[in-house]
Amino acid sequence: MKRVYAKEEYCVGCRVCEVHCIVAHSDYKNDIVKAFKKQNPRPLPRILVEENRPISFALQCRHCEDAPCTKACITGAMQKDPETGVVTNEESRCVGCWTCILACPYGAISRNEQGKKVASKCDLCSDLGYTPACVKNCPNNALVFEER
Amino acid sequence: MSLDLLTPEFLIERDRNRCIDCQVCVRQCANEAHSFDAEEEKVVSKDEKCVACQRCVVMCPTHALSIRRFPLEFRENALWTGRTIKDIYKQAATGGILSTGMGNDKPYPIYWDHMLLNASQVTNPSIDPLREPMELKTFIGRKPEKLEFKEGKLITKLPPRMELDVPILFSAMSFGSISLNAHKSLARASQQEGTFWNTGEGGLHKDLYQYGGNTIVQVASGRFGVDPEYLNAGAAIEIKIGQGAKPGIGGHLPGEKVNWEVSETRMIPEGTDAISPAPHHDIYSIEDLHQLIFSLKEATNYKKPVGVKIAAVHNVAAIASGIARAGADFITIDGFRGGTGSAPLRTRDSVGIPIELALAAVDTRLRDEGIRGLVSIISASSIRNSSDVVKAIALGADAVYIGTAALISLGCHMCQKCNTGKCNWGIATQDPNLTKRLNPEIGAERAANLIRAWKHEIKEMLGGMGINALESLRGNRLMLRGVWLSDRDLNILGIKAAGE
Repeated sequence: MKRVYAKEEYCVGCRVCEVHCIVAHSDYKNDIVKAFKKQNPRPLPRILVEENRPISFALQCRHCEDAPCTKACITGAMQKDPETGVVTNEESRCVGCWTCILACPYGAISRNEQGKKVASKCDLCSDLGYTPACVKNCPNNALVFEER
Repeated sequence: MSLDLLTPEFLIERDRNRCIDCQVCVRQCANEAHSFDAEEEKVVSKDEKCVACQRCVVMCPTHALSIRRFPLEFRENALWTGRTIKDIYKQAATGGILSTGMGNDKPYPIYWDHMLLNASQVTNPSIDPLREPMELKTFIGRKPEKLEFKEGKLITKLPPRMELDVPILFSAMSFGSISLNAHKSLARASQQEGTFWNTGEGGLHKDLYQYGGNTIVQVASGRFGVDPEYLNAGAAIEIKIGQGAKPGIGGHLPGEKVNWEVSETRMIPEGTDAISPAPHHDIYSIEDLHQLIFSLKEATNYKKPVGVKIAAVHNVAAIASGIARAGADFITIDGFRGGTGSAPLRTRDSVGIPIELALAAVDTRLRDEGIRGLVSIISASSIRNSSDVVKAIALGADAVYIGTAALISLGCHMCQKCNTGKCNWGIATQDPNLTKRLNPEIGAERAANLIRAWKHEIKEMLGGMGINALESLRGNRLMLRGVWLSDRDLNILGIKAAGE
């Protein structure tokens, strides 16, 4: 399946990917300013830039073949789509027990405690139906979306 | 001195309605002009640190930033401009030589803008380059005196030459003055577009030997990075005597830019200053230059053209004649507006002569002496666009070097702070946090696009003149007319006035 891969050597640590991830998961998908200023609480970025300067790269869910989070999930909220391979968390079923966070080998799931506690993770912008927002907006082509 | 008399050069304007305090600007500014005030939970800026490189402006996801000239009005007059006053404040504070980057930015006449090209009307047909073949092929090197054929086959042994698909090369910018990613970008673009890039005097990084066929290796007064392998790696060798931005003086790469990769490539210890002497200590005459040219030819088995680069100075024509007679295969003339990674401000702004006059003078002199065919002339400095290229060729250049334009294609915004090592665009820096900002895949594509775009435009202009091969334009000064030029200028340029 197509995944997002980081090219660490070209990541400039600007975190524009995080900004666009927030926008892509807000109610204002075409308006950065509104997504940041109007939506409250502001969605969490599902991609995180890991840094130890000069090294930096953006990390998000790897959508593992044998996704441990789906096995750990006590409610069945965390599912891997058998067709697309995308791992998503169905937030209405998620109870915020954080077992998936314990199970994730990459640290790619984070806690969202803004309202109802839910696990927050990359969904590859599945509902947008195009190249993930982080890849599309990376100013230095340090993120690629491809089959490997 | 607790009071600094300098006032900010630029004003950072942040549209608070658009700023989302995402801190992208904070992370991108190597000059630390932006910072995040955690207590106020907002991004704030310090105008005095801004150099107007516009990295933050371009990167800001909401376009909330703009940079303006600081609106402070100096009590200036025509003689004492704000800039002049500031320079004195700087020197009074430091006691040092003023250093700067990029080329001469003073308002000297730009002769390119005083020359106009011809076009065909009625009496000769213009050519549409989209319908008919158009030849830009250019050879750099010595031309044989005559060609001999036997049974329909060429039997004259041709001297070594560089073959270019387009008469534009990337000028010498050393690894050290610019980043490895910048070198990679230019090397790949050269290969892609069938032209050449020049190492500058900093040696050739081991990763770039694969682009040797499109590389001109430079030998300068510091001899940095020169060994037999290096000389043989390139397609041609250029001896650098002088540079347009700083004629008569050498170079100095500060030790902090000499990281292990630069050190390995330049063949000097890590962290040491790389000082290129002002003269070559083995060249005090044309005869000495002849020896070096032939030492290099000997070292490369007479398989590569060897050229000499000089700055355009007062007696440039006579010097060029000497260089041609010393055995050089090409002469690079770098005008006073040529760029630099670092030069003393006064030298950059006040030494040398305009390339247009120098180029015309050299071409005329070599023709008058009947030795124009011994050498190719590469014109360097202040080429901003394809019409400058066409004008340079009509004045007598075989090809042109572009440096500043090439860097602008990679993202340079001309802030003139190359000498500080804090290039926010990852070009003129060795800071690993900054160099990774230039992705050579993107850089190569942009530089190659620029060459390709200019190639199309050159073909259009040639076609308009009814010329279908660049060779027919070379030194064809009848295709140029001068405007707003004195008789003396026209005479030196060897062109007629518009209307004549």
